[in-house]
Amino acid sequence: MLDTEQQESRSGLARLRTALWLVLGVATLVGLAVIYDRGHPAGNPADDYAHAFGGPFTLTAPDGATVTEKTLASKPYAIFFGFTRCPDVCPTSLARMARLRKQLGPDGMKFNIVFVSVDPGHDKPADLGNYVALFGTPILGLTGTDAQLDQIKKGYGVYSAKVPQPGGDYTIDHTAAIYLMTARGEFSGTIDHQESDATALAKLKRLIA
Amino acid sequence: MMRLPPKALVPALALSAMASAALAHGYRTGNLTIQHPWSRETAPGQAVGGGFMTITNKGASEDRLVSGTSPVAAEVQLHTMTMDGVVMRMRQVEGGIAVPARGALELKPGSYHIMLMGLKRQLRQGDRFPVTLRFQRAGNVTVQFAVQPVTSTGPMESGHAGH
Repeated sequence: MLDTEQQESRSGLARLRTALWLVLGVATLVGLAVIYDRGHPAGNPADDYAHAFGGPFTLTAPDGATVTEKTLASKPYAIFFGFTRCPDVCPTSLARMARLRKQLGPDGMKFNIVFVSVDPGHDKPADLGNYVALFGTPILGLTGTDAQLDQIKKGYGVYSAKVPQPGGDYTIDHTAAIYLMTARGEFSGTIDHQESDATALAKLKRLIA
Repeated sequence: MMRLPPKALVPALALSAMASAALAHGYRTGNLTIQHPWSRETAPGQAVGGGFMTITNKGASEDRLVSGTSPVAAEVQLHTMTMDGVVMRMRQVEGGIAVPARGALELKPGSYHIMLMGLKRQLRQGDRFPVTLRFQRAGNVTVQFAVQPVTSTGPMESGHAGH
């Protein structure tokens, strides 16, 4: 008698265990589907690429105007990040974009050059305007509050960090890649500091085609 | 007659151009020669500028560039920069930069440079400004930095600018 009851309760437990495993399995599948869906908004690789970098942002132009991704939407653009105290890679990249634009001739104005300062502590919008004006071609210099810069840095996967200097000042480590964006704000590719001008030019031609 | 492939003439011409430019804008102290000090123009209000040059040491012992001063800046610092993948990192150099025995130290974009911190005036294309460099062995030497377009990637005198 006792034995039978025990057997019955055991088989009841077994059924419960099976049911719980089923619930867990279904929950896992649903969870995975949700994660997959978040990472793949449109579910096809071309769209994943177009949305890999970019997204909404709000920054300030040298004249004090607010600029968002929608303001830039009329033309493709090359956007990169730096600061005016950057001795090297920033002026080199800005000079290079100015030179490549010249090489494109009349097509050179078919894209915008956007330089975002990640050093709002030193670079006020007007200072940034004076700085980009040195390069002899229209360049849009943008900056913003720390929170606004965090938003665009996150969107573009840009790393930047303040590094304290002896004497209390600081410098900034930052990602130096140039991001090429279509007029729809979709990611088209990057220009690397090590690439030849010929390669970079081919990418720009494709961007404005 | 010496037969040279046409390509061989190019470096030969470039070398002779560099040699004559070096005489035009070079400085000597002890065993050291400092060639083509140059700087990029700055924007109005810009507080920081960079400077580059080549220092050649014909002596048998290493020397060190330890510091500098300039009337155009509150402070002259020695910096280096490196690319870590796509991330640019700039650092102040502690303890000076070695000028190897019978060798050269190049301060150039993408590498070592001097930083003029707290600029007291705008650096304009075509200007020159003095910097007194202090070396461990060779002592002090004052050189004139030539201010070049911001788009420069090398000293104009040696024909490298704008490439």
